Amino acid sequence: MVRVVKGRPLVAGQASGRALVTREPISFWGGWCPRTGEIIDRRHELSGVMAAGRVFVFPRGRGSSTASAILLESIKNGVAPAAIINLDVEPILALGSIVSDELYQRPIPIVVLDEPDFFSLEQDDDIHIAPDGTVTVRSNCSDPTSA
Amino acid sequence: MQPQLSEWDQRLLAGNEGQAAQTAMRIIVRMAEVCGTAELMDVTQAHIDGCGLLSDSGLEFAEALAAGGGRVRVPTTLNMGPLDLQNWTRFGIDEDFASKAIRQGKAYTDMGCVPTWSCAPYQGYLTPRFGQQVAWGESNAICYANSVLGARTNRYADFLDICAAITGRVPKCGLHLRENRKGQILYRLAGVDPSAVESDAFYPVLGHFLGLAAGEKIPVIEGLPAGVSSDRLKALCAAAASSGAVALFHAIGLTPEAATLEEAFQGDEPERIEEIGPTELGEAWDHLSTAQEGDNLDLVVLGCPHFSFDEFRTLADLLRARLEKRQKLSDDVRFVVISCQSSHALAQRSDCLKILEQAGVEITLDTCVFHTPMVGKETKVLMTNSGKCAYYAPGELSVKVAFGEIADCVASAFEGRVHREKPSWLE
Repeated sequence: MVRVVKGRPLVAGQASGRALVTREPISFWGGWCPRTGEIIDRRHELSGVMAAGRVFVFPRGRGSSTASAILLESIKNGVAPAAIINLDVEPILALGSIVSDELYQRPIPIVVLDEPDFFSLEQDDDIHIAPDGTVTVRSNCSDPTSA
Repeated sequence: MQPQLSEWDQRLLAGNEGQAAQTAMRIIVRMAEVCGTAELMDVTQAHIDGCGLLSDSGLEFAEALAAGGGRVRVPTTLNMGPLDLQNWTRFGIDEDFASKAIRQGKAYTDMGCVPTWSCAPYQGYLTPRFGQQVAWGESNAICYANSVLGARTNRYADFLDICAAITGRVPKCGLHLRENRKGQILYRLAGVDPSAVESDAFYPVLGHFLGLAAGEKIPVIEGLPAGVSSDRLKALCAAAASSGAVALFHAIGLTPEAATLEEAFQGDEPERIEEIGPTELGEAWDHLSTAQEGDNLDLVVLGCPHFSFDEFRTLADLLRARLEKRQKLSDDVRFVVISCQSSHALAQRSDCLKILEQAGVEITLDTCVFHTPMVGKETKVLMTNSGKCAYYAPGELSVKVAFGEIADCVASAFEGRVHREKPSWLE
């Protein structure tokens, strides 16, 4: 099943990837390894997940104002998420992507969705993000009609 | 939508004030768009956190701005950096790392920043005034500046902080505006033993709870005494800004925008009212530790945020009492205190440092254990009095962590294993 939802692009860009969904906020500093793309917050439900290249869906960031630097370094190292989808505007992560655009001309898209759309995303959905914030979702759950 | 720009803003954007100012202004404008802000405003001071982490991209960014003629337009202090600039050779730091860290530090000081290298800037030089509009980075410092000093800052992330310092301009939004500083959730201390507020451990535990409970909301605490020390408020801020994104809290009768409940909520009602009792505090206390009682201890870290002179004195008193009984630090435990040059300079004017040295305590300045590679893989169990350090150590340093107040850390370091007196005010 394919659905299209409209988000607000905080940092415009195009990306595709498999959704990695969590309902828990996460801080990139102390939570994301910029060398490997592993989620390293040992108190987080995604601890240990290798998350590089995924469309990372989480409600909001938390804590450290160093998150922007971690995202920038992750983009430079090629282990950043393919894109980020949040429920709330998370300026600190948007900044990391904007600085990557200014410094390397390589931003990752960051999109904010309304609550019903945000909570409609499921683990492993195939997601495509367009520069205008349009999010195309192909569900991977075993829907017989999609075979 | 682009915000409204002043003539000055446009001069910067056009590149008339140099390439670095142009880049900085472009980032400020894009961030204003992210936040949906209609205009920019002046700030009169900045504190830079972006100088702390050493990464290739962060170094490239700082050097690009410095090479592009970047100069700060407002008095600007530096958070701790990636290196103890004078003593790094003592800590076995890799030379390649050190040379990059020195380059990064130089880029920021070349831009005119004051080399304070402190993550407790509110206990040092250029402390902001009540109501002053500033652009601060470093989550604990942001929380302290807003809550305790009543200065006004948003959470300036790494890189935006230096852009604000170079341009003197920020998006006019968030906590810069009085109406957004209104309390949102009321937390009442209820059924907590009065001795709790006299205990150092209470404040990071309360902060840890608040961060988890309040997230990004502005919590208002009722039940704290009026005379809480700067160090205890520092511990509260650091913990609340780690487990959550608390950038401002009010405490009735204690912090400057909360003389009364009415003032803290600006005449409105709280969104909700919650009670904090021994159960909530007990859960927060437990949540701060991942190590077990009795675990072999490898490392004690104190000074997150940076140790103040008062904390140096408290530690020296505890150590002196042990040394007088001819006790010694366990051979298996490394004991590290992190601080800044200004507090260390005060400590030099007392016998504190001599006692720390006699006891075998290492002191590192300008940096911290998260940002300089001084903790080896052999370190398995770390103990700290800091909610922030306890929160981040498992992920950043791959250790188990035990939280306890300074006296517990000292007792454990002499015994060689985690040994805490669980406070009587916890359930």
